[in-house]
Amino acid sequence: MEQLTREDFKIIDNYLMIRLPKEVDHYNAGYICEQADRLLMDESVQNIVFDFADTGFMDSSGVGIIIGRYKKISCFGGKVFAIHCSRQILRILSVSGLHKLVEIM
Amino acid sequence: MYEKGGRKGKVLSVKNEMEILFDGVAENEGFARVAVAAFVTHLNPTLEELDDIKTAVSEAVTNAIIHGYGNLEGYGGEGKQKLKSQPVHPGKVRLHCLLEDGILHIEIEDTGRGIEDVDKAMIPLYTSRPDLNRAGMGFALMEAFMDELEVESTPGQGTVVRMKKKMEAGDWIKEGD
Ligand SMILES: Nc1ncnc2c1ncn2[C@@H]1O[C@H](COP(=O)(O)OP(=O)(O)OP(=O)(O)O)[C@@H](O)[C@H]1O
Ligand SMILES: [Mg+2]
Repeated sequence: MEQLTREDFKIIDNYLMIRLPKEVDHYNAGYICEQADRLLMDESVQNIVFDFADTGFMDSSGVGIIIGRYKKISCFGGKVFAIHCSRQILRILSVSGLHKLVEIM
Repeated sequence: MYEKGGRKGKVLSVKNEMEILFDGVAENEGFARVAVAAFVTHLNPTLEELDDIKTAVSEAVTNAIIHGYGNLEGYGGEGKQKLKSQPVHPGKVRLHCLLEDGILHIEIEDTGRGIEDVDKAMIPLYTSRPDLNRAGMGFALMEAFMDELEVESTPGQGTVVRMKKKMEAGDWIKEGD
C-alpha cells in the first residue's frame, strides 16, 4: 500500500492544498483527516483544495473527509475546491450532494 | 462454467461463482474491491460498471469492518498506516459473488454487532459514528450504483448485504452469434 507523506499537504498563500492518494478509502482516511486538521490550525489557511489528480477511486470515506473539513473552514467564510476529479469521483460527489458545497473545477 | 458456441467461440451462457473469507480489517478493503473487479473481467465490463461495483463493495465491506466489528484502524494504531499483529476484533468478512444470466449477485456478510433499525440506518446522511468523520452515505451509494440492495441484520449476530447488478456487457456477449 502506498504511503502518503507530508509533501502531499502544502500551504500555498491562504490555500491548504491536499494531494490525495490513488485510493481514498477508510484505510487512509484517518491519516488524511489528521494531517489536514493539523495544518488547518495554521491561521493563514482560509480555503482548502482537494486535488484528485492521482486518485482513481474514492468511497464514502472521502465524502466524510470533505464534509468534515468543509464544516471547519466554511464557518470562517472559507471555500473548498475539488480539482482533477475523475468520472467516478464526480459521481460520488454528486450522489452525496457535495457538488452543492464544493466548487468543482 | 462456460458453454462456448459459434465459430468465434463466444460465451453463450455464463454461470460463475466465488466466495472469499478475509479478516475484517481496513487493509483488506482494497483487496475486496479488486477481487470482485477481477471476478467480472471476463464479461468485459465497462469502466463505469467496474467503478460502480467497486464502490458498492467498498461501502459494504467498510461497514462490516468499522460498524460490525469496530475495527477502526485495521490492526490497531491511531490513524497511522502501521501494522500490528492483532486486529481489535478477530471477525471475518464473507464475500460471495454469483454471475448468472448476465446478473451479478454480491453478498457481503459479517458476524458483528448487527443493526437495530435497518430502515433508519439506510436513510441518507444517517450515521451512528459522526465522531469518525463518517458521512452516512454508504447505503445511499450502494443504492445509487447497484440495481438492487437488500440488508438483513440481527443485533448481536451480524449483517448481510445483498446487491444485484445487471451487467450490460455480459448481455452483449451472450447476444452475439
Ligand atoms: N455491517 C454493519 N454492522 C453494524 N452496523 C452497520 C453495518 N452497516 C451499516 N451499519 C449502520 O448503518 C449506519 C449507516 O451506514 P452507512 O454506510 O450508510 O453510513 P456510515 O458508514 O455511517 O458513513 P459512510 O458510509 O458515509 O462513511 C452506520 O452508521 C451504522 O450504524
Ligand atoms: Mg458506511
